[in-house]
Amino acid sequence: MSEAATAISGKARWEHFPHAADVGLRGFGETMAEAFEQAALALTAVVTTADVRPAVLVDIDCEAPDVELLFVEWLNAVIYEMAVRKMLFSRFAVTIDGTCLHGTLWGEPVDVARHAPACEPKGATYTALKVAKDESSMWSAACIVDV
Amino acid sequence: MDPARFTRVDETTWRIEPHGPMRVPAIIYADENLIRDMDDKVYEQAVNVAMLPGIVQASYAMPDAHWGYGFPIGGVAAFDPEHGGVVSAGGVGFDISCGVRTMLAGIKVADILPVQKMLADSLFRQIPAGVGSTGAITLDTVEMDAMLFGGARWAVERGWGDACDLDRIEERGTMAGAMPERVSERARERQRREMGTLGSGNHYLEVQAIAEIFDTAVAEAYGLAEDDVVVTIHCGSRGLGHQIGTEFLKEMVIAASASGIALPDRELACAPIHSDVGQSYLGAMRAAVNCALANREILGHFARRIFAHFFPGQNLSLLFDVSHNTCKVEPHMVGGKRRHLFVHRKGATRAFGPGHESLPARLRPVGQPVLIGGSMGTASYILVGEISAEQKAFSSACHGAGRAMSRHAALKQWSGRKVQDELAAQGILIRSPSTRGIAEEAPGAYKDVGAVVAAAEHAGLARRVARLRPLICIKG
Repeated sequence: MSEAATAISGKARWEHFPHAADVGLRGFGETMAEAFEQAALALTAVVTTADVRPAVLVDIDCEAPDVELLFVEWLNAVIYEMAVRKMLFSRFAVTIDGTCLHGTLWGEPVDVARHAPACEPKGATYTALKVAKDESSMWSAACIVDV
Repeated sequence: MDPARFTRVDETTWRIEPHGPMRVPAIIYADENLIRDMDDKVYEQAVNVAMLPGIVQASYAMPDAHWGYGFPIGGVAAFDPEHGGVVSAGGVGFDISCGVRTMLAGIKVADILPVQKMLADSLFRQIPAGVGSTGAITLDTVEMDAMLFGGARWAVERGWGDACDLDRIEERGTMAGAMPERVSERARERQRREMGTLGSGNHYLEVQAIAEIFDTAVAEAYGLAEDDVVVTIHCGSRGLGHQIGTEFLKEMVIAASASGIALPDRELACAPIHSDVGQSYLGAMRAAVNCALANREILGHFARRIFAHFFPGQNLSLLFDVSHNTCKVEPHMVGGKRRHLFVHRKGATRAFGPGHESLPARLRPVGQPVLIGGSMGTASYILVGEISAEQKAFSSACHGAGRAMSRHAALKQWSGRKVQDELAAQGILIRSPSTRGIAEEAPGAYKDVGAVVAAAEHAGLARRVARLRPLICIKG
């Protein structure tokens, strides 16, 4: 598994960071929304590195008292859709208005033979939770996901 | 961690004196090597738990402790509702009532060997495991409520289990105080088609051989002899528990600040036991405990059916089923007084010693089986609870080996296919939908479970009865 993945804005990327029992996700982007999208790609990469076709579209909305809690809500909403629909997602479009988020997810049902899913995310946590903009105006969004 | 940061009480007891906002000391049970290998975060998290309102005696960490969210995994903490005590979703974990059951197969290793491969393939085909798997059982609203109330008893009544098992399951198979009405629609939806599924990650079904007996008398009482075959299942409350954990973690962050509880870290989210959120969580969490008990009973039933096909006339009989992610109300003697405490065990196993009132008659004279999962290539252990564990850590012991390295690092170090081949050469058959999952769970990614259980024994938490070696491992 590589540390970085697909580029969207040029600055957009994601990484996994080590945690003893679980796994850390971090998305980077030019906007907070883009960092959230990248973190969701990192979430899919916890499960599979195989190609996931963006065949089916799912819309989700969430809100929270602040942007860090919103980030956890977002990941948990994606985890919920993965679990209930038994799907994997490979494209994400996020818009954030204050502490309300609208997300569109594109993906396909899990194909065990092709995706060989490694493990199942149980939930996003408040551990190592950080949503921030650095001095070069780059956004990052990170937390530990329980697997 | 640097051992110099602790007051060393004895060889396996390491104490952090209360300082700053800590209400009680923090105590870690481990040998010096385990302490050195532990993440500094364990120290930090054990200290943070010691700051929570109503905590009694000490914040404890077991020999296999590692960095969790809020509470360390391997953390034990008891709270008194009459002294402002709290309940914490992070003190239980996402996989509510995750636990282990071990069943005696009534056959010897020599009986397995001729059919080992066919048995492995059959278990893998018939036990739903891994992401995207669906159980054969779908629950409607009425059945969902019945399951959330009834736990393993519900499974038995529906024909997915054996009434004889109930005596050998904690709470006799049904956790009292469940409030299915506090379980959200989303949590129910995540569980609707997941009964009788194993899950993924470190969850497994293993066929194991008794490789070594440490305590002949207790082994005999448990029905264990060298070269006997047992079946061990490790899993929990599946999507339902995960969703309840997720939802209450958030609710408790908001509730804690509304109750004026200053959290050293918001992942320590908690609510007073005597509060609406606290009571709602307890009701939902107990329903999730029932879900886990039902799930393991159903998986045990599936395993039984498959074994009956290969070994007609033999029956898998349950040794014990014990959870290691819970919060339970238990009577404990503190300062000479019997108090009812809310004991959180997160990655820690209840370990009642001989004579404990809650044990079934057959087990009471010897003590509770404490089931310790290792990694898929090494060993698992059966321990017995010690009376001294009551004073040491509210009758608690370790739960497993604990990871020595992250999934990320494991993936860089091992190839799943190679791990599988090497284990096969040692007579251990691994079946999993994902070779990457096998690499992430490689035996070398885990701590030495032998050192963990030896430390638990030295600390007086639980004593070794038997060591198990894997023959077949079905991984999700």
